[in-house]
Amino acid sequence: MVPPDTAHAGVGEGERSDGVGAPAIPPASGRRWRIAAFARDRAAFAAALFLVLVAGAALLAPLLSPYDPAAADNLLRYAPPGTAGHLLGTDAQGRDMLSRLLWGGRVSLVVGIVPVMVASATGLALGLLAGTAGGWTDQVIMRLLDVVFAFPMVLLAIAIAGVLRPGVWTEVISITVVLIPYVGRLARTATLLVASMPFIEAARAAGATRTALLLRYVTPGVLPPLLVYATTLVGLMIVVGSGLSFLGLGVQPPASDWGAMVSEGRIVLRRAPHATVLPGIVIVAVSLAFSFLGDGLRDALDPRSRRR
Amino acid sequence: MRGFLLRRLAALVPVLIGVSVVIFLLMHLAPGDVTTTLLGPQATEADRVALRRTLGLDQPVPAQYARWVARIAEGDLGTSVATSRPVAALIVPRFLNTALLAAASLALAMAIGYGAGLLAALRPRSVLDRVLTGVTLLFGSTPPFWLGLVLVLFFALRLRWLPVSGMTDMAGEGGVLDVARHLVLPTVTTALGPAAIITRLVRSSVLEAIGRPHVRVARAKGLGRGALLRRHVILNALPPIMTITGLQLGYLLGGALFSEVVFAWPGLGSLLYDSITARDTPVVQATTLLIALLFVLVNVLVDLVNAALDPRLKES
Amino acid sequence: MDGSDIVLEVKDLVTTVKMGGHEVRLVDRVSFTLRRGRTTAIVGESGSGKTMTALSLLRLLEPPVRVAGGTVRYLGRDLLALTERQMAEVRGARIAMVFQDPLASLNPVLRIGFQIAETLRAHRKMTRAEAERRAVELLRHVGVPDADARAMDYPHHFSGGMRQRVLIASAISCGPEVIIADEPTTALDVTVQAKILHLLDDLRQEAEASLLLITHDLGVVAAMADDVAVMYAGRVIEQADVDTLFHAPRHPYTRALLACAINLEDDRNTALEPIAGAPPDPRRRPSGCPFHPRCPDAIPDCRRIDPPLEAVSAQQSVACIVAQRAMADA
Repeated sequence: MVPPDTAHAGVGEGERSDGVGAPAIPPASGRRWRIAAFARDRAAFAAALFLVLVAGAALLAPLLSPYDPAAADNLLRYAPPGTAGHLLGTDAQGRDMLSRLLWGGRVSLVVGIVPVMVASATGLALGLLAGTAGGWTDQVIMRLLDVVFAFPMVLLAIAIAGVLRPGVWTEVISITVVLIPYVGRLARTATLLVASMPFIEAARAAGATRTALLLRYVTPGVLPPLLVYATTLVGLMIVVGSGLSFLGLGVQPPASDWGAMVSEGRIVLRRAPHATVLPGIVIVAVSLAFSFLGDGLRDALDPRSRRR
Repeated sequence: MRGFLLRRLAALVPVLIGVSVVIFLLMHLAPGDVTTTLLGPQATEADRVALRRTLGLDQPVPAQYARWVARIAEGDLGTSVATSRPVAALIVPRFLNTALLAAASLALAMAIGYGAGLLAALRPRSVLDRVLTGVTLLFGSTPPFWLGLVLVLFFALRLRWLPVSGMTDMAGEGGVLDVARHLVLPTVTTALGPAAIITRLVRSSVLEAIGRPHVRVARAKGLGRGALLRRHVILNALPPIMTITGLQLGYLLGGALFSEVVFAWPGLGSLLYDSITARDTPVVQATTLLIALLFVLVNVLVDLVNAALDPRLKES
Repeated sequence: MDGSDIVLEVKDLVTTVKMGGHEVRLVDRVSFTLRRGRTTAIVGESGSGKTMTALSLLRLLEPPVRVAGGTVRYLGRDLLALTERQMAEVRGARIAMVFQDPLASLNPVLRIGFQIAETLRAHRKMTRAEAERRAVELLRHVGVPDADARAMDYPHHFSGGMRQRVLIASAISCGPEVIIADEPTTALDVTVQAKILHLLDDLRQEAEASLLLITHDLGVVAAMADDVAVMYAGRVIEQADVDTLFHAPRHPYTRALLACAINLEDDRNTALEPIAGAPPDPRRRPSGCPFHPRCPDAIPDCRRIDPPLEAVSAQQSVACIVAQRAMADA
């Protein structure tokens, strides 16, 4: 499963990430360059539109679902997509796939988005603190984060989710915990970068207080890379979260999310492949859309990165 | 170089202490009662107290931690609650199977990642570059367990080319060829995600190295294309590539978990998963500890390689 | 001017960059010659196209920048017509180059001795050991103390001046006939600038090589050059031997540059920017003479007529209709 790579957000990182800045390649010839930028913006725009549709559909699942997602129709099991009345077919218990995908989206999106939001807020606070306080505070925070970094990310999430009682909030908590160090480190690097800029020195010379400096000058500089990173992380965490659900550590039956649906379909893989394949396609599409959105945001916030 | 190694190892001590504390506390804070798992819900309270005393669970937490660490230091990983077998005996064969899968996956991921990344970097913004970037994004967003199932669907169930599962171990009846046949699908499943990450990083590192001024200077010396690429581009791009490769190996040691579960591959990941489900604390602790230890050691190894590649890293 | 001692002859060189679908000229019909054992300086502000000219000669440009026209004759052979492989045989062996930023010019992960030996191994049939021994001799020759030990060091252990010595050692390793030095002292401390320039000049005399010196510093030109070409907006606007140029500059731009340099030396309080305005954006060059919007002597014709570089005497050419007419009248 994919570990987050911080370089993606456009901030150079320490030993752990790939630590690569924007390459100094010559800009491509004008027209092609503009087409590339335009195409990429269009991709980001299409991705945003797609995600709004998916989120809207999940939100309105109670209104949009043609069936109760848990209602089994024993007479219509394994129905392939295109069956009358069941656009995407039914699963092994005869439950409507479309309804289950809509309802499952509510869980999958929560599991992808909420941990990233909580971890971003916590990581931002830790990073700002470590980056501006320096000294012992910095050392202690970074060493604590190092401990979490010593575990492969997904494995730690599985271990945490494993010892707690399985459920949606277990999933959210375990993903949040493993994400905090990644966001924290990015926020710290960005803080150090912003704090070293001349305008900070100027503001300090002009008599800005420490708090004002932090809130008015440093934080606004740290937010853009963090936002880009967080967007990309949501895409990755939807995959990670679906993995935890696949292992049965997340949402419990009869409720379901996309990862759990893949797991349910697995038993009847030969008989009803669509029960496995469809939720997977949705996971890939949504995760990919967040990646495109993240890339588009990065380009919008840091024009230099377009040269990549 | 020796000084660098010693400093790097010294920095590990607090990390390893932290890791052991995290693993210990994680298991300690877990809800659920071990005595219920062991004795069943009908056991008397007296029996439970007695068992707690034998397991040392009646002592204060720091004392329990100290005892746990001391026993691990002696090489005693404890006894599996679920199978009553020594944890070490459970782990070793599982580890070898995971090592085989991880090695095969890393080799495949490196072959794809280095090749595709270099190709893309040498023709930036070409059609090939765009296709490779697109495929990379796609594989980076694909859940490995789902990919594994899709591969099973096509290659095992539809085409019947390869077996679905049933890998025992290398000493099994089928011999090497049988193991190899069982290895194909799990390897591909495990490798594609890391291959995507490596491709992306190799591309950006090589591109960045190509743009550095010393490459132009080397061209002005009259170097041939091969020497230019080897000595002045790839050599400079290697440190971040080594770092990400090491990280992938780390992730593979644990990240093969999904492939192991899907393909019933008897490795560390599936052992961890089974013991989590069975609330078999000693096995979970030992497995997690082993994986974290391997992960940390691989990272140290990568740092050493990088220090050899770039003298500036050694001195910082 | 005896044709036989011409080592390098550049004629109507045009270098362009593709921007927004247009080919923009960075180097515009530049011509000059380099004679055996002599030093030619190309002077101009940053952005005047002097570095692009140097890179064009060795064909070191990368897309979207490319040489779009003209000839570069080295001992009669047109370098622009060579294959990439033939060109690699010329680079470093016949024509060597020293760059502006000595730190960025050295590969941080390779030993100094190796980087010098590399040039030798590319062109001479030498074993690695022979080449590295020769590299130590070269280091000693360019004045690096304790050369044996320093050859095993990495670039970040060297000071700026020492790094530039290393690059010069690498450049002279194969005994080139032409050395191109692109702002070789700009990135260095003032105290070591003169030492590096002396070293370059000594080595050039010793090897009877020709030096093409790219600089914005007229002091350096006065000390080092035999011939001078002044560039503005991608064009050579005046060309002369060094005495003529300093004593009888014809182009208003050259005069302004000289006035600026002299003012700086005399009194730092006067006229720090004697030329009003800025060099034109290569994408929006003015019509006629590119200098006319900033020119104190401009006449209405300057807006219309793009002046060619024309000889006004045996030693001097100038691209200015006002100066050309004044000389014709005299």
